Amino acid sequence: MRKFLKDREHLVRMAGLFLAGLVVFLILRVILVPQGFYEYGHFRTGALADNAARPIAYAGREACESCHPDIVDQRKGSHHSAIACETCHGALAKHADDPSKLKPTLPDAGKLCLVCHREEMAKPKFLKQVNPREHMGSESCVACHKPHHPEMA
Amino acid sequence: MGIDRREFLKGTGKFILLTSAAALAWDSLIAGRPEAAPNYNLQDHWWGFTIDIEKCIGCGSCVRACKTENDVLLEPYYFRTWVERYHVPKGDIEHPEVDSPNGGYDGFPPRYKPGDGSKNFFVPKLCNHCAHSPCTQVCPVGATFDSPDGVILVDKTYCIGCRYCVQACPYGCRFIDPRTMTVDKCSLCYHRITKGLTTACCETCPTGARMLGDLKNPKDPIHEFLRTHKVQVLKPQMATGAKAYYNGLDGSVR
Amino acid sequence: MESLIHGVEGFMYPNEIELQWSILIVLYPYITGLVAGAFILASLERVFKVEEVRPTYRLALLTALAFLLVAPLPLQLHLGHPERAFEMFLTPHTTSAMAMFGFVYLWYLMVVLVVEIWLDYRKEIVLMARRSTGVMRQMYRAMALWSDNISERSLQIDDKVGRFITIVGIPSAFLLHGYVGFIFGSVKANPWWSTTLMPVVFLFSAMVSGIALVMLVYMVASWRRGTPIDMRCLDTIARYLLYTFIIDFALEMLDLVHRIYEADESFKSLDFMVHTQLYVPHIVIQIVLGTILPIALLGLVQLVRLREGIRKGLYATAGLLTLIGIFAMRWNVVIGGQLFSKSFLGYTTYKLDFATREGLLPAIIFLILPFLILWVLVKLLPPWEREEPAA
Repeated sequence: MRKFLKDREHLVRMAGLFLAGLVVFLILRVILVPQGFYEYGHFRTGALADNAARPIAYAGREACESCHPDIVDQRKGSHHSAIACETCHGALAKHADDPSKLKPTLPDAGKLCLVCHREEMAKPKFLKQVNPREHMGSESCVACHKPHHPEMA
Repeated sequence: MGIDRREFLKGTGKFILLTSAAALAWDSLIAGRPEAAPNYNLQDHWWGFTIDIEKCIGCGSCVRACKTENDVLLEPYYFRTWVERYHVPKGDIEHPEVDSPNGGYDGFPPRYKPGDGSKNFFVPKLCNHCAHSPCTQVCPVGATFDSPDGVILVDKTYCIGCRYCVQACPYGCRFIDPRTMTVDKCSLCYHRITKGLTTACCETCPTGARMLGDLKNPKDPIHEFLRTHKVQVLKPQMATGAKAYYNGLDGSVR
Repeated sequence: MESLIHGVEGFMYPNEIELQWSILIVLYPYITGLVAGAFILASLERVFKVEEVRPTYRLALLTALAFLLVAPLPLQLHLGHPERAFEMFLTPHTTSAMAMFGFVYLWYLMVVLVVEIWLDYRKEIVLMARRSTGVMRQMYRAMALWSDNISERSLQIDDKVGRFITIVGIPSAFLLHGYVGFIFGSVKANPWWSTTLMPVVFLFSAMVSGIALVMLVYMVASWRRGTPIDMRCLDTIARYLLYTFIIDFALEMLDLVHRIYEADESFKSLDFMVHTQLYVPHIVIQIVLGTILPIALLGLVQLVRLREGIRKGLYATAGLLTLIGIFAMRWNVVIGGQLFSKSFLGYTTYKLDFATREGLLPAIIFLILPFLILWVLVKLLPPWEREEPAA
């Protein structure tokens, strides 16, 4: 052994340095790898919970309909009954949680109706489309159409 | 100093051991449960999506809803979902004209005159939550991953912001959120679907063009949809296992 | 952001408009390429017994080390969260080529470069430790790992181990730079990058740039020191540069011809890009000035007998053009690959700022820094000692 080490001592020291580095790395690895990694795959399991824990902004139409059955009745038989309430009224989960906290504001009919109903080549034909100037000039859409049941007669 | 070497080493050793143990215990405390929400079992779901191009009216409700629901920056150009308008000149599917003004956030201003023999339609786009996702394949650290229920998610506390996944996505779904300097993308509203709600975009789509589907649920309407429509995925040649199925996808769509 | 939209022609997916990888990501393969190339030149002498290039052996190693120390810096600066970069060591995702960066880099730095340099210089380090005093003495003693043994046998053992490490170092150098080529070449989403040839092209262009760099450093250093250049050495280096260049050029032409011939769905879009936005960086700088011209100049020396002075001038010109041309190649791959839309319907522009995190200024600093480090290394571990002719 001593004969082997003679003239190789510096190499052994270098090897020892590397070994020490490796050991420190392995220890650090145990300490620093986040808990729950590799459980379901190559990711931190807690990330699933993180993604699921976001606050909700849209309550969903069932929540609206449970408190506003009168509106549900109004929309019966109209094409608009297929549309979720929040599409036009905005995100209202806060209102659904506590109606007194947030009172939803009415959307601007002039802009909102036309986003869907202004005629455009790419829109499918089943959708009723109008040229605003020809159809109503400077009138507002709600002058003639009830948004919850826009069909006339 | 009064402390001899042996005592010092013992003390240091104990300190290191206790600190590591404490660190580990703390980590498992704040790691969170694997199940994303109570009553939600990861193994019971395999999420997919259907888009019916023949029903999309280009209103942009989905784009607006997504930005609201997921707190996406309003100033361009960051989109978890967006809508493209295609104008295919007469008989020339190889040279469509495509535009997406602010991703379709404010709808589409009229552009083309009728009568030119062209084909026009809208194509909503979102993350395809690929079953063989090239984006999760290239993440060097495991910050973006395939969840067991088929959703491609991002771990914002772990992402180092190298942008490799953004390069690897063939569909352009990913972007870097400048507020967190980590990657962001459609999460299929994971926080909603794990609570029995549907995604924000599907909720607000007025025509039902967009539909969330649970492929593992035998009663889910997605099965009937896939059976009765001729569906396609985007860039099928890439073999990404995309799970966003389009009905009415024209050959000109990129 | 608004200004970016004005730079868009045609249609781009909304999230594609802003480039993801900047000039810093152009720098990284450039720098590691120089490292790999310089090392291959050094190994020419050590492993392949090309005696003529011995005068540049140590200089090549020190150059490689200087550049390798700077290599991770542009990457760190580019990351959204550089403080989390160590995660690549903790949880490397084995399906990601990028994940091997940390380990390949460390392996190459510590085992290949540092140990090899240490073994080659050990005698001088111990002698300098014996000769110096104070802080310098402590430093040299630490560098010698507090060993004082420079017996004939220990040096023989060093030489054998050093040769073994150089042999291991060659595939390691290929891995260090080849994986960068694979990072691009394996992205199926990007047709400008996705080709099997990418790692190979990267490697050969790296070798070309590294050899040119060491050649230039050797010429400049000799000029500064006032020592005569060993023309036998320089001529040999230039010859190897030429050979490597020819292979590199052949590979790049193969890629080009293949693309033009197959003309797949991406071809029209890429072709348009190369003829417009990328015309100057690609055709003019990379191909004509950076490849064809240096090959012509180096080839001329092989065909016609020229005076020493003229040869030196040609080598210097060819070397400089090479370094610029290979930088352009990295630019064209990285930036070029992001200028076109994956819908093949549009293009965007790259806005290079000056004094921002990913601007021109940090890039210039990262290119100057290795030379400063090299200067320090050359002072600490002079590479000239052995070549001084006996008085």
